[in-house]
Amino acid sequence: MVDPHLHQTVVALERRRRLYSALTIVVVALILVSGYAQAESMNSGGFIQGLRKFFDYPQDIVAAAWDRGGEFFVIVWEFIPALIDTLNIAATATLLGGALAVVLAFLSTRNLDVWPPLIPVVRRSMDIMRTFPELILALFLIFVLGASSVPAMIAVAVHTVGALGKLFSEVNENVSRQPIEGLEAAGANWMQRMRFAVLPQVLPNYTSYFLLRFEINVRASAILGFVGAGGLGAELRRSIGWGSGHETAALLLLLFVSIMIIDQTSAYLRRALAGDGALPWQRLKGAAA
Amino acid sequence: MSATTFEAAELLARHAHTVRHVRRGWMITVGGLLAVLVYLTYAWTAFDISGLIANAEPERAVLLGTDAVAHKVHITKGLRRQGDFEVAIEGERTATYGQQPDRPYPAWVRADPEGRHVDIDLGGGYRATIDGDVTTLTVPDYGTIRVWIEGGEVLADLPEGPVPDWIRHARHPTSDLLIKFDARPTIGRRVQVTRSKIEVHRYFLGWENFFFPFRSPLHGMSPAALAALVTVEPRLDPALPNWQLILKTFWDNPEWQHGVIAVALFETILMAVLGTFTAALVGLPLAFLAARTFNKIGPIRFFLRRLFDFLRGIDMLIWSLIFIRAFGLGPLTGALAIAFTDTGTLGKLFSEALENIDRKQEEGVQSTGANFFQRTRFGVIPQILPVFVSQGLYYLESNTRSATVIGALGAGGIGLVLVETMRTSRDWENTLYIIILTVMVVMTMDALSSWLRRRLIQGASGAP
Repeated sequence: MVDPHLHQTVVALERRRRLYSALTIVVVALILVSGYAQAESMNSGGFIQGLRKFFDYPQDIVAAAWDRGGEFFVIVWEFIPALIDTLNIAATATLLGGALAVVLAFLSTRNLDVWPPLIPVVRRSMDIMRTFPELILALFLIFVLGASSVPAMIAVAVHTVGALGKLFSEVNENVSRQPIEGLEAAGANWMQRMRFAVLPQVLPNYTSYFLLRFEINVRASAILGFVGAGGLGAELRRSIGWGSGHETAALLLLLFVSIMIIDQTSAYLRRALAGDGALPWQRLKGAAA
Repeated sequence: MSATTFEAAELLARHAHTVRHVRRGWMITVGGLLAVLVYLTYAWTAFDISGLIANAEPERAVLLGTDAVAHKVHITKGLRRQGDFEVAIEGERTATYGQQPDRPYPAWVRADPEGRHVDIDLGGGYRATIDGDVTTLTVPDYGTIRVWIEGGEVLADLPEGPVPDWIRHARHPTSDLLIKFDARPTIGRRVQVTRSKIEVHRYFLGWENFFFPFRSPLHGMSPAALAALVTVEPRLDPALPNWQLILKTFWDNPEWQHGVIAVALFETILMAVLGTFTAALVGLPLAFLAARTFNKIGPIRFFLRRLFDFLRGIDMLIWSLIFIRAFGLGPLTGALAIAFTDTGTLGKLFSEALENIDRKQEEGVQSTGANFFQRTRFGVIPQILPVFVSQGLYYLESNTRSATVIGALGAGGIGLVLVETMRTSRDWENTLYIIILTVMVVMTMDALSSWLRRRLIQGASGAP
């Protein structure tokens, strides 16, 4: 009933596949074990002592905050401008980067009637913008423009162009050609075809990625601020440098709470976008598209 | 049924609802764009862009650009002590000319060892001389500038006409004495005179002493000479074979610090790899427990969901700060910070993917009498594997970039080395070198991860 030759081949294939799986697991395990051993030997503090000290720092700053009593919330309130600065960095970077990403994504998608030689050029430049480390760009701009929030904003925006551009162009690849052809038959030019045939198809996905990117950018702005460019990060650096635990606690609390709020809001909005249009503004958006 | 004549007005009147709908959509679009515009205007003032443009120093970018691809030779004469004279690359004590018989002054510098009379050919017709404490600088198409020290002041005698903008003659902020003269007629030629020293710089294109330090016997050897040294020549250092000597000299180069930078790069990669692998391997089992389809106990799911949110919410910045305090500087710190944050991210992603899998495959395996582990292994894992691999690899690439930033916060690795060289801003060529290597590493990781992703995902879907 069973072709013995075929059976043999299948068994051999299966055996080889198992061998590969086993090899992969062994290699990963080796990397992890030797990596951690190596990392521990290169670290200035050891793992075991570190584990014991793990809660020391959180404890210290919480204790420092506790000592202040109700005044702590005044301190939190005083850092709101820094939070707004960080949010501004993230929002501006996401808006500007996102806008450029939309343009580049349209220019780098094969099925949207773009001049073909342009596509690899745009793709490459987006790759470079995406992979170029933000840290380096931020440090360079701080050197030229002076320490402010703008270097961090530009650095985050450049990365956003690359990252969103890639995702947007993947969305574009999947659009249906039929509306484009329909409009073309009616005599629409390229801009009109993109506006009325493509944009309505891609806008929900764009919005979803855009929200996700804003959330990521808030984190990135805070972290870049620490390296020397404004916002919560810069305040955090100062408070840690001066060893004022209550301020550090206040800043960390602000950062944590705002990230949580943005995270949850953006997750809710994204779910709603992917959902059945239950939200009132979604019905309006459907009309806009 | 179908209109034979196209009456726009009638058509629009018949579909008033649609018209309203479209108009409302149009208004929302315009309103949204206006809101963005208003916000950006606010951001312009909040960031104080106008002030920033006024204070920006684009010439610093030019300077940085020049300094990053060029090196300079300093000719320094100290005026406090007799015979304090030095010709050195980048003013480094380890790279001085005229100290060893085989390293005389360059041909364009004519001077006695005491530096009493110095004649410097700056190329292109530019010439500088030092006689005692009198410096002259001859600039083509301008004339000769004479600078001397008198009564505790640095005085200068310029040719007739307006003072060009490349000359700066600075006074002491309080005593109002002229204390510094600085002339830089071109980017590659500079003369500075203060009350205590005279310094002339001449720039040359290229990275100096990149392979071997100035004092090393290997300095300036051609590749052919090095090859001969490795193969046939006798040992330069009796303790080491020549090839090891060459590698060791290169590795320990004090100016370029190839060894230090390579170790720092390795640390950064280690952070990213360990952090991502740990996060993926810890995140997967937790994701099973957090997925509605695999865990019927609500409170545990709820707890794990909040744990993922908490790990993500704390954010890599805060985790790094906590771990730096606990574990000190090094790759372990960075790896753990990445692992903690991304266990939350990947756990959440995996659990969402697990809730969306197709249950039919699992049911099919179950109908053959498979137990729980067999069902999972053959009914679930094959479906989740592409997500697992592709997200894991994506995060590996992204974490390589994160690892450079965490390093700059103080965890070590290439980020810290970069921040330190930039802060001292002594030698921009070193900074550029580190930047190039970092960008190369990040881009290689990106290429590697997308290549692996393509290979593995295609292999998985193409397999019978």
